Amino acid sequence: MSKEPIPASAYDMDHAEEAEERRTLAILVDNEPGVLGRVVGLFSARGYNIESLTVAEVDRGKHRSRITIVTTGTAHMLEQIEAQVLRLVPVAAVIDITKSKRGIERELALVKVAGKGEPRVEALRIAEIFRARVIDTTNESFIFEITGASEKIDQFTDLMEPLGLVEVSRTGVLSIRRGKDAG
Amino acid sequence: MDTHTLTDTQTTKRTMTGAEIVVTALKEQGVDTMFGYPGGAVLPIYDALYSEDSIRHILVRHEQGAGHAAEGYARSTGKCGVALVTSGPGATNMVTPITDAMMDSIPMVVITGQVPSHLIGTDAFQECDTVGITRCCAKHNYLVTDVDDLAHTIHEAFLIATSGRPGPVVIDIPKDVQFATGPYIGKEGVYKPTYQPKTEPSDHAIRDALDMMAAARRPVFYTGGGVINSGPEASKLLRELQAATGFPVTSTLMGLGAFPAGHEDWLGMVGMHGAYEANNAMHDCDLMICIGARFDDRVTGKVSAFSPGSRKIHIDIDPSSINKIIRVDVPVVADCKAALQALLGGWKRRKLAKPDIEDWKEQIAKWKAVDCFSYPPNNGAIRPQYAVERLYELTKDRDTYISTEVGQHQMWAAQHYHFEEPNRWMTSGGLGTMGYGLPAAVGIQAAHPGSLVIDIAGEASVQMVMQEVSTAVQHKLPIKVFILNNEWMGMVRQWQELLHGERYSHSYSESLPDFVKLAEAYGAKGIQCSDPAELDAKILEMIDHDGPVIFDCLVEKAENCLPMIPSGAPHNEMILGKISGDEIGEDGRRMV
Repeated sequence: MSKEPIPASAYDMDHAEEAEERRTLAILVDNEPGVLGRVVGLFSARGYNIESLTVAEVDRGKHRSRITIVTTGTAHMLEQIEAQVLRLVPVAAVIDITKSKRGIERELALVKVAGKGEPRVEALRIAEIFRARVIDTTNESFIFEITGASEKIDQFTDLMEPLGLVEVSRTGVLSIRRGKDAG
Repeated sequence: MDTHTLTDTQTTKRTMTGAEIVVTALKEQGVDTMFGYPGGAVLPIYDALYSEDSIRHILVRHEQGAGHAAEGYARSTGKCGVALVTSGPGATNMVTPITDAMMDSIPMVVITGQVPSHLIGTDAFQECDTVGITRCCAKHNYLVTDVDDLAHTIHEAFLIATSGRPGPVVIDIPKDVQFATGPYIGKEGVYKPTYQPKTEPSDHAIRDALDMMAAARRPVFYTGGGVINSGPEASKLLRELQAATGFPVTSTLMGLGAFPAGHEDWLGMVGMHGAYEANNAMHDCDLMICIGARFDDRVTGKVSAFSPGSRKIHIDIDPSSINKIIRVDVPVVADCKAALQALLGGWKRRKLAKPDIEDWKEQIAKWKAVDCFSYPPNNGAIRPQYAVERLYELTKDRDTYISTEVGQHQMWAAQHYHFEEPNRWMTSGGLGTMGYGLPAAVGIQAAHPGSLVIDIAGEASVQMVMQEVSTAVQHKLPIKVFILNNEWMGMVRQWQELLHGERYSHSYSESLPDFVKLAEAYGAKGIQCSDPAELDAKILEMIDHDGPVIFDCLVEKAENCLPMIPSGAPHNEMILGKISGDEIGEDGRRMV
């Protein structure tokens, strides 16, 4: 084991001892070509994490898109992420949904489960508990559509695993803040 | 353009080709000089420039030269630099200057040609994904796919390049868009809703800053390139604020000239090769007032030991610079000029007295007495420090602009050439681009035809862009390239001596050209000097020559650039005299 070196310059700033937090950021951008590339490129260039990412135009008239990014980092890093993203010319606003404590987060998943007999019945029973809808079925498979917090979907896929889970497609986290105001 | 088209402007929208829109928009933006290199994908724009007398186009020899020349032009005038290059290799050759301008916050608009729209994505001849390549190294960029958007895009590009924290903006224009006809719209009313940089400081931040300043006992102003970028007015306000407070001033490499080097409270440059008094003042101060600087690693040294006992005020127009490296107590997000104005106004309004900092000044005087930039006398060969010192003495009373390449000579220039005014010192600070200085000098000279423009160079750096001497000759730009020739990549050699057991791996240049003959081959004048006794006369000969000169100054080969904060060390552990080689520990060895 090599001994831990002492941080000696900005290159070596080590925040490992600081706790990492998970944050959901809503980024409102002008929907112009390459805008997603700018945001994503910034994350990779500066060594920030992306746990999930969703994007779509939300206001056609204003050409506004909403990018939702779930990221992790130390408090210092998260502060930098927000400032660096805001620096991009087409970015109108960055909203820290997690920090606002008024955020609602949802994710949608399509889950394919194949099986016969008892496991198939069990899968359907669990789906009902999770309020997942069956959107396609064959004699040997179901496709479930499930919406909820990411943890709920994790739980659901965990339970489906022994029952013949084939594949999962997830949207990533969407978010919005409670109350009457925008942003 | 036909005159009858121009008279129609009042009543109807002018319609013109994309190429004409480019030229018209540049003129409306006040562009008088641009730097470029033609090629297939920009021929329509070059055609529109053919009969255009109000824009001077400087033809470079390599696109990188156009970019650095535009940077030199911008930095020495405060205006936006403009470069025009073709698609593919033209654009990729611009990547270095674009990145350089980004790192040093230089306003620049780069127009690149692109293959016709219908060929984009087909791997066409001289096609490259210019917006993709420059996305991460430019402040912003555009691919203009519709001629109707072209005029607006160009005006928006200038707005973005020159406002907020300045930087390079790239406009990629496919050839068919240059041929297509569309409306011309003027720059009035062009704005970008998502881009609204904050320039005015908040009142409470200024109030907090003034409270701290009034109570300081060991204060220091730490100023940077932001003061220069903010315009000459900011430098003037800095001087007034300093006069009101009496605080000592240091500056980053990029900020030299904002505060006069001849002033008694000037500490010299801060950082790795900065002044002993500046670094010690930064380390021991109780209040650091950072104005338009960004706590770069060359400045901070060991972050965890950086100025441990001070409270810090940070004025920066870019909110992302604040708390990026060093935590500060009072962030002031604003343009330097506006912040300085508010500080000075508040200081006067509150009738604050100069704090008693006599003990601090005494301490600073002791550090100054160390005379950290002293060097041994010439011992046969010319010492590089001596060469810069003589150059300074013989040019200081003239209207002089200095650019540099990157390496030891750059640091010696920063240490031994002194600046009284802003915009006189052009160097590649953030990116550290060898080959910046010669083309930058071309750009500076184009902006200031009657001034003395000197590129203080190293023989290694300058060979990266040597061909631009030909540009200077063609355009009658009488730049002086003053090469401190030690036959080594001096800074690399120095680090190899200090950190790699004197194993000089590939840092010695065999077969250097005869720079005098090379100058003559280009149609310039060549001067060589190796004797300290002849140096003054030859420098004067260089200055007096009405045309470009390459001055080959043969200097002491193994001279090290000192003082130096070894990588990984704090400010108060500077190496002053000779380096023995064991000052730098294992941690420092891993640094850049």
